Amino acid sequence: MTVTNVHKDPANLSLTITCEFEAAIERVWQLWEDPRQLERWWGPPTYPATFVDHDLRPGGVVTYYMTGPEGDRPHGGWDVVAVEAPHRLEVEDWFADDEGKKSPDLPTTTMRVTIDERSGGGTTMAITSVFPSLEAMEQVLAMGAEEGMKQALGQIDEILRADA
Amino acid sequence: MAPPRADRVFHALADATRRDIVRRALEGEHSVSALARSYPMSFAAVQKHVAVLEEAELVTKRKRGREQLVRSNVDTIRAASGLLEALEAMWRERIDRFGEVLADQRGEGASS
Repeated sequence: MTVTNVHKDPANLSLTITCEFEAAIERVWQLWEDPRQLERWWGPPTYPATFVDHDLRPGGVVTYYMTGPEGDRPHGGWDVVAVEAPHRLEVEDWFADDEGKKSPDLPTTTMRVTIDERSGGGTTMAITSVFPSLEAMEQVLAMGAEEGMKQALGQIDEILRADA
Repeated sequence: MAPPRADRVFHALADATRRDIVRRALEGEHSVSALARSYPMSFAAVQKHVAVLEEAELVTKRKRGREQLVRSNVDTIRAASGLLEALEAMWRERIDRFGEVLADQRGEGASS
């Protein structure tokens, strides 16, 4: 497993991360398709995820919650926009209330996944997240990235150097 | 970072001239007129760029005599940059776990 590219686009509030796996494309797809495998990697160890509904079809809905160390349970879900197994998945990722119902007032994040076979064997996966606002980024981080926040040591130059 | 100004930060940084102003003003105070001489545009245009940056709290401005001095606000820049950094870190961790589950040959539906 190698992360081969990370593209941060401050102007469009998007992040694309590309990685390669020594595994068959069908196997990589399983980790999205099978909720029991999906929940093994979606949430951090301190906030493991449990997927409740998992209807991975266009127009389908996926719901999940995460369980925090204090027993807190933030809920979230996806509106499935596009699915082309085993190559492509696009969802709108949203936040939910304590009952798991979508919160209409909170921002949604678009997540696009593309998976391709590499010519030399193995599989490439690219995940793009497009955020509607900085607040949305903060909320995503607050829910899924305790460790990420800890590592959020600002690198002033990086954002300034972007295609300067 | 305080939410009200959040969107403005990335909007402000989306422009090459404004990024350059922020970079210069990180090294120390620059007058608006000195900045204006650095770009092939009018004083008014540069002043407008500075106003966008000021609204996003990326720079602060103070008066000295007839001059307006611009300085970058390091805290805001750090916060904006930090968000993308943190999201990258979140995804790197997720992909690490993804790789671990992939490599787990127990595969389908195995409980951990």
